[in-house]
Amino acid sequence: MSTNFTIAFLIGFPFIAAIALLILKTDTARDIIVKVAAALTAAASVCLVVQEYSSGGQYIDVQGEAIGTLMMIIEIALAVLTIVLGFIYKKPLAVILAAIQTPLFVWFELSKGHAITVQHAMYVDRLSLIMVLIIGIIGSLICVYAIGYMKDFQAHQKKGVPDRRPYFFFMMFIFLSAMFGIVLSNNLVWMFFFWEITTLCSFFLIGYNGLFHKKENEDKIATRNAFRQLIMNLLGGLGFVIAIIILGSVYGTLELSTMLTIGTMGYSVLAPTIFLAFAGIVKAAQMPFNSWLLGAMVAPTPTSALLHSSTMVKAGVFLIIKLSPLLGMNISGIMVMMVGGITFVMASFAAISQTNAKRVLAYSTIANLGLITACGGVGTAEAVWAGIMLIIFHAVTKSLLFLCVGTAEHHIGSRDIEDMDGLFEKMPRLAAFMLIGIAGMFLAPFGMLISKWATMVSFVDSRNIILILIICFGSAATAFYWTKWMGKLAAVMAKRENVEKTVHGSEWFSQTTLVVLTILTCLGFPFVSKGIVVPFLEGIFGSVDKLALSVNNMIIMCIMVAVIVLLFAFFFGRTNKRIVPIYMGGVNEGDDLSFVGSMEQREEVSLRNWYMNGYFGEFKMNVIGVVSTSAVIVITIGMVVGSMMMGGM
Amino acid sequence: MLIIIISVIAYLIIGPLLGGLLAGIDRKITAHMQGRVGPPVLQPFYDFFKLTEKEDITVNKVQDFYVMCFLIFVIVTGCFFFAGESLLLVIFTLTLASVFLIVAAFSSNSPYAQIGAERELLQMMAYEPMVLIAAIGFYMCTGSFQVSQIMMGTKFPLPYLAGIFIGFIFILTIKFRKSPFDLSMSHHAHQELVKGLTTEFSGKTMAMIEIAHWYENIFLLGIVFLFFANGTAWGAVLGIVVCLLTYFLEVFIDNSFARMKWQVAINSAWIVALVLGGVNMFVLLFA
Amino acid sequence: MSYVTKSPWIIHYDGSSCNGCDIEVLACLTPMYDVERFGIINCGNPKHADVFLITGSVNEQNKDVVKQIYEQMPEPKVVVAVGICACNGGIFKECYNIMGGVDTVIPVDCYVPGCAARPEAIIDGVVKGLGVLAEKRARMDAAATAEDIAGKPEPEISVGAPEGTEEAKEADVNE
Repeated sequence: MSTNFTIAFLIGFPFIAAIALLILKTDTARDIIVKVAAALTAAASVCLVVQEYSSGGQYIDVQGEAIGTLMMIIEIALAVLTIVLGFIYKKPLAVILAAIQTPLFVWFELSKGHAITVQHAMYVDRLSLIMVLIIGIIGSLICVYAIGYMKDFQAHQKKGVPDRRPYFFFMMFIFLSAMFGIVLSNNLVWMFFFWEITTLCSFFLIGYNGLFHKKENEDKIATRNAFRQLIMNLLGGLGFVIAIIILGSVYGTLELSTMLTIGTMGYSVLAPTIFLAFAGIVKAAQMPFNSWLLGAMVAPTPTSALLHSSTMVKAGVFLIIKLSPLLGMNISGIMVMMVGGITFVMASFAAISQTNAKRVLAYSTIANLGLITACGGVGTAEAVWAGIMLIIFHAVTKSLLFLCVGTAEHHIGSRDIEDMDGLFEKMPRLAAFMLIGIAGMFLAPFGMLISKWATMVSFVDSRNIILILIICFGSAATAFYWTKWMGKLAAVMAKRENVEKTVHGSEWFSQTTLVVLTILTCLGFPFVSKGIVVPFLEGIFGSVDKLALSVNNMIIMCIMVAVIVLLFAFFFGRTNKRIVPIYMGGVNEGDDLSFVGSMEQREEVSLRNWYMNGYFGEFKMNVIGVVSTSAVIVITIGMVVGSMMMGGM
Repeated sequence: MLIIIISVIAYLIIGPLLGGLLAGIDRKITAHMQGRVGPPVLQPFYDFFKLTEKEDITVNKVQDFYVMCFLIFVIVTGCFFFAGESLLLVIFTLTLASVFLIVAAFSSNSPYAQIGAERELLQMMAYEPMVLIAAIGFYMCTGSFQVSQIMMGTKFPLPYLAGIFIGFIFILTIKFRKSPFDLSMSHHAHQELVKGLTTEFSGKTMAMIEIAHWYENIFLLGIVFLFFANGTAWGAVLGIVVCLLTYFLEVFIDNSFARMKWQVAINSAWIVALVLGGVNMFVLLFA
Repeated sequence: MSYVTKSPWIIHYDGSSCNGCDIEVLACLTPMYDVERFGIINCGNPKHADVFLITGSVNEQNKDVVKQIYEQMPEPKVVVAVGICACNGGIFKECYNIMGGVDTVIPVDCYVPGCAARPEAIIDGVVKGLGVLAEKRARMDAAATAEDIAGKPEPEISVGAPEGTEEAKEADVNE
């Protein structure tokens, strides 16, 4: 089976599965199709890795006249749909942006674009392979999880709300298809097409409860947030189009690989780079465009897990990492670095003051994407190694956390961290999974810490003081908000009824697999580094003198993971000591939950975490972040456009 | 290789002895500052053994496991340090150990333990930037994060890292749990919200915490020593003298100040890290 | 060799006293009497304490508190009743709300009379209490060795709920 076939399968098969899911509306049919499709997609992803693992980069030529025309027709149709929806829901910005972006693009295609020959439409290299694995395996796991989750979701809906799950799963699989398209494309026009498809999938999925509903069933917040996502990403898409136009008109090519070659040979490709980086920044929800991701949390949890933490937003940083040889100490690099860094620190601070679990996860996602962005901006081999590691570990761990929060929400009825009191007793396995997930996000020896360590070293080597200070303060804040959540989950409270039994098998399956993957990636990352990432970096940067982490350090981390796993396996919860009541502000009533207060009244103990709104209030952090990043973007893009106008570039 | 093994074993055995002795000297000096006689210098050891002799009680089945992990990883941190490993690895492992302690306090679901845990977490957030900046400062000055390289380097670090040194001493007050920043638990007679973080710990568990603090203090003083390490004997002697002086300074600060609010702790620690650390690093870029 | 007597940590609780004895207890910690030279620390947390210093007598409202503090202390532990009110109720003995001295609710090992008890007497009482502490520790050791030979019994599950409350009746806090 050739690579070409695998690639065609990866892009085409989820599309077919999507259509099937739209047509077959019974639960049983859906269960089977999703599971089979997920398994086949995952298998195909692994297959592609096996096929292409040893090659540095493989170009695939696809004779694409017909495909190009088809894409253009679909683009126009989608633009029309967007404009119509914009009119119906009274969102003028959506109408305006769609009306600018698509005609501009079509004009370019029909006039100059035609003339440019594209030699290699698709490209597979090791970075694409990593992304393919993430999309194929994690994406499939999330779709499987969604089977169980959406059953509960539908059951919780008001009476009279139609069952639109076929449409939901249709969107999820179209999305998978489009993501494969993005990471495997070399022709920027094609990549743009898939990029816009993901924007629209996200739009429809966020608006799941809002769009196309009868007035009385419509969740207005969902509609509003869906449009916010659409508008911001249309703006990013506009940036993408401008980049394509500049690249096509001035440099005569539409291929990303050619652009990279021109750039690394020493010619300036500042303008297309900065606009593509801008598109990546918007997609990755960096400040000032972070509000769409926060708004997207109203979507059903599988959407949040798939699109808004492990995959779609990763497309944004994927593009930035792809551009990293062109970044570094030039204007576009500085823009990317500073936007990423400021976003990281401001989002980490803002996360401290959030009580809604999904918002904490959203801010954490934005912060980590900021780190990856900044790594791409720094543009050294060390930094990109760190960035790729961050992508891998973040995708695995964050999706685990989202899935756990989704399940918890359905069983305790709340997304608020403060309502997760006693989760260790109510849902022990879920609490344990969440603890592993949270530990995996910031604690040594797990993956994210390793990546953050590497990021720190690469920032120090980049000699950018602001970035160094940012990562020191941001890491401190990160440890704070994760540990207090861990503490909440670890609290042992007596007499709580176990409500775990009603969790669906599909949910357990996905979560367990992700937990196993979390631990395996921590144990196996030196091999991934040596086998895939370092060869990739050598291909891009020529040679890799040193990595941020020495082999010694990597081995120590792996041993520590093993030690922790063994400690828990053998010693956790085993003790024969006498149990005594805890110390309270009065006579403990015996159950550790209430005590006799000063007026002989029974007082219940209620413990709340610190949120420090005065210091880390969301509004303040957002204002600082949005203002500073907007300034950076406006200034840098302004400088590039200015120099373009004046002739030189 | 042999040196590494010897240092680690020396740390494992002599570390707690030295740490306990320093704790005893601390109490003696404190007593004399207050016009008292104070306990015998070996008192911390008596406390430790007494704690091990107490009955085993606990409030739930998991708390003591977490504390055991805390102790293990504090020792591992110290071993990494004395084996000459990367400073960043040392810092991250210490964070892991602290998180175990904090989760242990949270797990009891006790109000006093939880307040202590939140404050401990805040303290961790307060000192972490400065500690990371210190490690980065060493890297910028000597070119390596490895403690072994820094120890053998011929450059005398202190003049290049003056600002960072002062900042590090500042946050040592937090790490040694001395007033004004002993928010989460205090070794002294004055209690803070019962016993803060350690309210629900007892007997052997409490003993584990005591010995963990001794191990931690020793390698923290080791980091202070690093500021003077330049591979010569006089550097080493100066380092040890400064370590002792630093410890005495901390005892002095402890007795001079009352406990402050958490806002003061985090404000001052972060401002110190930003200003002293930031300026020092900026200077190092051009030095 | 037992270290319990070399490092006795106290928890001080005021029952229904007039605070006279409390002030004397705190005076022991001052430089004038300096009990820290015996290793004594006022730790304020029953789980860390060896010696339970009670002043004042026991009434209906605080009897459960006294019992809980006593139960949250790990063995070996001694109780020192400081002041005549703690010994047998003192001048308040006939009051309608006073149950009597501390020994009406928990076993007392050492009585320090006085109104208020003087610091010297308190220190003397604590030292005598330490003797009892050493004995208890020795007995604990002996019992532990006997257990090792005979096989460990089931650990005792103690909840300390106030008597008569619902929770005490259905207490099964521990798994």
